[in-house]
Amino acid sequence: MKHFKKLINPYIVWSFFLIVVPLFLIVLYSITKGTSTLVNITFTPEHFKKIFEPVYLNVFFKSLQLGIITTIVCLTLGYPMAYIISKASESVQGILILLVTIPMWINTLLRTYAWISLLSDNGLINRLLSVMGIAPAHMMYTDFSVIMGLVCDLMPFMVIPIHTSLTKMDHSLVEAAADLGANKVQTFTKVILKLSLPGVISGITMVFLLSISTFVIPKLLGGAQYTLIGNLIEQQFISIGDWNFGSAISLILALIIIALMRFMNKIDPDEKGGE
Amino acid sequence: MNPYYIKEKKVSNTIIEIKGLTKNFDDQQVLRGIDLNIHENEFLTLLGPSGCGKTTILRIIAGFEEPSQGEVLFSGEDLTKIPSYKREVNTVFQKYSLFPFLNVYDNVAFGLNLKKVDKEIIHEKVTKMLGLVGLQGFEKRDVTLLSGGQQQRVAIARALVNEPKVLLLDEPLGALDAKLRKEMQTELKKIQQEVGITFIFVTHDQEEALSMSDTVVVLNDGVIQQIGTPIDIYNEPENRFVANFIGESNIIEGTMLDDCLVKFDDVEFVCVDKGFKKNEEIEVVLRPEDIKIVDLKDGQLRGKVVSEVFKGVHYEYIVQTDKRDYKVHTTEFYNLGIEVGMRLDPDDIHVMYTMEY
Repeated sequence: MKHFKKLINPYIVWSFFLIVVPLFLIVLYSITKGTSTLVNITFTPEHFKKIFEPVYLNVFFKSLQLGIITTIVCLTLGYPMAYIISKASESVQGILILLVTIPMWINTLLRTYAWISLLSDNGLINRLLSVMGIAPAHMMYTDFSVIMGLVCDLMPFMVIPIHTSLTKMDHSLVEAAADLGANKVQTFTKVILKLSLPGVISGITMVFLLSISTFVIPKLLGGAQYTLIGNLIEQQFISIGDWNFGSAISLILALIIIALMRFMNKIDPDEKGGE
Repeated sequence: MNPYYIKEKKVSNTIIEIKGLTKNFDDQQVLRGIDLNIHENEFLTLLGPSGCGKTTILRIIAGFEEPSQGEVLFSGEDLTKIPSYKREVNTVFQKYSLFPFLNVYDNVAFGLNLKKVDKEIIHEKVTKMLGLVGLQGFEKRDVTLLSGGQQQRVAIARALVNEPKVLLLDEPLGALDAKLRKEMQTELKKIQQEVGITFIFVTHDQEEALSMSDTVVVLNDGVIQQIGTPIDIYNEPENRFVANFIGESNIIEGTMLDDCLVKFDDVEFVCVDKGFKKNEEIEVVLRPEDIKIVDLKDGQLRGKVVSEVFKGVHYEYIVQTDKRDYKVHTTEFYNLGIEVGMRLDPDDIHVMYTMEY
């Protein structure tokens, strides 16, 4: 085994240049003035102060709100879906899980454009509605279209971990609950739900993290004025060119994510130490 | 004695009545017509090799499987119409199946909590039950950190605290080491006598079955081979399968010349079995410990000691006669190669009907 250890060296070099160095640069950018040069670095807290201006705080607030809504929708739709899939026979389960993951094989951009053609004012849905004599609904460039896009994009990240924890579950515990007098509902709430908690937690974590840091979907389905944290960072780097402020926002987002992951690990019964 | 005669040790009310029970899994028949009466306060063991259908019977009584045919009556009521959570039976599972997210106390209290029993009564019952299985002071322990034997006790307490009329035990001692298994055997028997309910115990371990049960049901291939007390099963096996499965035995084909007269290996023996047809082909079971080694001139059978193995309490010899090898257990020592005689008392000879196959 010992000689295999050397194989890790390229990876260490690789991660150093692609993860550690950029992270260090982000930290450096976020605490220095934009006018700084390599030889003349001036530190400043102004970028962090700027984040607390109402216009930017609102972006954070909006992103968190959307992330929470997306996560809740994914969980309420994804749990039953995972549960139903786990009840099917093994061969059917394979097909159903494949169906859940198929959208992931297609580029996000394409999938999002598909939503535009469905949801826009003269899109497929509205045309169908008008055929049926129902007044068309304005759906594009609203919270609805963004959440719709996010939910569809992130659903597999909720369904798959929950499905895994449900199928991994020791079925004799379900029998034990029935044996001790639990009806179907009680068996679900008192045993199955608790045993699938690790899957639920990793599902929530993944969907929430991905939804608060996304920028393609809100940009395409939310329109130009629709700004979330991801869009804000993109703007700062690509269109405005304020790398320093962009880095500060990225750093705050990273801190929020780290804090959330710590919190999620705490309530995960598998991790122990929660008690 | 007629080998089909089944001695009832004690007369008590039937609690579970199984009639013509069959069970198919896909195209495989695992139970082929089981008829069985289980009584109140009985310690009944379903004994058989793996795949004989013993666990399936238990799972049908618990409600985890539905019978393909036949009926199961519980105090005269059709059990199959009652969902498993409403049945007055509880199960101790093979791998204990304790809830990993609950501590010892909450695992035991699970059933009572579901029934919305008063908290104080729950506390009283759980404490008493943990005392019965010897786990006082373990209330707050994490079940996943307990030893196998302790988890076993929690599983027993969790089932018994619901005061079931019947406790089902699915090979509960299988995962324990030999010494702990012996201890738990004694303890289970004690608990059964203390709580005074019916235990249905599934095992493939014949020693376990013999030492704990009031009644042993020997199963093979989905068919009941014999029902009887441990003593009946051991001393009067009804067929070759039972004789082979329970204890060690010499099984010899012979002829029943008359009541109490049997002939095998060209020698006539007086026995105690009656009721066979004249000259009926039968099989004889001789337990190795029942064969007495005597002087050559006194022997009904004569042979040479060809193998000797020390087994702790006794020696195991193979005595070779001109017809066959006999396995003999005795505490006396005999040198290899010597010629010996063997004698059989009438009640050491157990005559069985020949099996069809």
